[in-house]
Amino acid sequence: PQVTVEVLDHLEHLALVDFRDWEGVERLQKAIQFADQLHEVNTDGVEPMDSVLEDRCLYLREDDVTEGNCTKELLKNAKEKVEEYFVAPPGNIPLPKLEERDTFLQGS
Amino acid sequence: AQVEGLHFQVSAALREGRVSPAELCQRCLSLIKGTKFLNAYITVAEETALRQAEESEKRYRRGQPLGVLDGIPVAVKDNFNTAGIETTCASNMLKGYISPYNATVVQKLLDQGAVLLGKTNLDEFAMGSGSTDGVFGPVRNPWSYSRQYKEKSVPKSHSEDKESNWVITGGSSGGSAAAVSSFTCFAALGSDTGGSTRNPAAHCGVVGLKPTYGLISRHGLIPLVNSMDVPGILTRCVDDAAVVLGSLAGHDPKDSTTIQDNFKPFELPNLTDVSKLSIGIPKEYHAPGLSSEILALWSKAADLFKDAGAKVIEVSLPHTRYSIVCYHVLCTAEVASNMARFDGLEYGHRSDMNKSTESMYAATRREGFNDVVRGRILSGNYFLLKQNYENYFVKAQKVRRLIANDFVKVFRSGVDVLLTPTTLTDAVPYMEFIKEDNRTRSAQDDVLTQAANMAGLPAINVPTALSERGLPVGLQFIGRSFQEKQLLSVAKWFEKQVKFPMIQLEEVKRHEHGVFQHQKSASFS
Repeated sequence: PQVTVEVLDHLEHLALVDFRDWEGVERLQKAIQFADQLHEVNTDGVEPMDSVLEDRCLYLREDDVTEGNCTKELLKNAKEKVEEYFVAPPGNIPLPKLEERDTFLQGS
Repeated sequence: AQVEGLHFQVSAALREGRVSPAELCQRCLSLIKGTKFLNAYITVAEETALRQAEESEKRYRRGQPLGVLDGIPVAVKDNFNTAGIETTCASNMLKGYISPYNATVVQKLLDQGAVLLGKTNLDEFAMGSGSTDGVFGPVRNPWSYSRQYKEKSVPKSHSEDKESNWVITGGSSGGSAAAVSSFTCFAALGSDTGGSTRNPAAHCGVVGLKPTYGLISRHGLIPLVNSMDVPGILTRCVDDAAVVLGSLAGHDPKDSTTIQDNFKPFELPNLTDVSKLSIGIPKEYHAPGLSSEILALWSKAADLFKDAGAKVIEVSLPHTRYSIVCYHVLCTAEVASNMARFDGLEYGHRSDMNKSTESMYAATRREGFNDVVRGRILSGNYFLLKQNYENYFVKAQKVRRLIANDFVKVFRSGVDVLLTPTTLTDAVPYMEFIKEDNRTRSAQDDVLTQAANMAGLPAINVPTALSERGLPVGLQFIGRSFQEKQLLSVAKWFEKQVKFPMIQLEEVKRHEHGVFQHQKSASFS
């Protein structure tokens, strides 16, 4: 089953990563084809496995502050900052729709 | 001659003052410079390494070394955070990123006095099986330059540059494997999600250990697949791997997926009697594409155990062939989630696009990730779509349980350790490797190593013999959960039997090290 342009566009929105060209789309098609082999396996009555350590209790430490106060260290790696803030461009602006976006999917 | 663990040898030499930590460090650093063409290192931390070596020297002079690892030069794969040293994951996304902290395993090595020489090369974000897809270029297998390989390779024409004949290291921890194999360090850290430590270990003729999931902390290891990743250990012999394991294993409060059981470092016994052992040979590991050479070696190894009195039986892990498909879905899904943190805001590459956060994120990721990474993120997001979640992601999780159960059944039936090949063939030339795309290659090359990650089991590659082309071939042992001592004991016994030959590299002036035992004996093949 061919993946529709709508789904491809949706994926680009979700992943915030672009397919770039037909090769990218083909890669996805092949990946889906490959994954479809899973359906050959009978998994009736089988519970999904999240972790190989499912039989154990996850370690919970005491809610005590043991480290921190490293603002300067952490800010060092940020490109745009002001005082102790990371600076982001304005939010709440959705990615433009397919027709207006600079994506190769537009051509399709 | 009896070959002792190099750690014990070199540690003894350090303790006895036959060589000083600073000298050792200098030699490794100059060897790194001499083997630059291998492209095994992304960053060489020369200044800090020399400083660490000096500190170690002071301790030895006082007669107070921290332990066996004190003064030992090591290298770390570039997906582990190292304070003050660039950590790139071989990606544009993290170029220039200086870690503000040490990964727990790095800290542990440093606390033991190990000397950190640098960060090794890998496939971008550890995605790949060749160590060919990072932004700093591919890693070359040191065996490409060995006398053993050169003797066997027939140049196709006079004009053909022997340079183009070089073979890959395998991946994704190829830099670490190459570093250990070419003697530029005594041990290296890799990571293993689908075979990324064992695969290059096999191709580079070194020991590659994948510990049980939950035994070693992942804190500071930039994650690929949280439910499968483990730090891997690469060394030149099994004893060394046990030493490193001993210094790294144990609960870490900073990684809640590490088990809380008390871990006791162990020394490996010198097994002489294997008659009480039961070795399982999983028939499904006779996978399509397995070279007849490796098949023969595998068979010989089984006979070796049989002749020594062990019980060797054929077993079945029926879901083996779905392991790679299952991995493909779960890996891409977890990757889609893990890679979401790279948005340019707090660290790493940031695009100049400034119109909106979303467009900035999209541009940053567009500029920062290579095709392989982007491809996996998109596939992962596809499998996680509401309409696909049950059919792909949850389905894969169910198949994962079946795969894990296959192993449980086999071990419950009395088998102690499984013996399988590690790779389908010996290392292929780079020019040939790149003819297929990364996903295809990974799917092919991970077939024999992947299932151990699914089930969280410990597994180790032991270099076994040289192929007809003069390249290393390794065999894999898979053990029971948290039974590293048994696994490594068997591996050590096997290592002693096969006496894998030492690489003959002109660049390595071995007399300088002076603490080697030269391994010259009839090889296994």
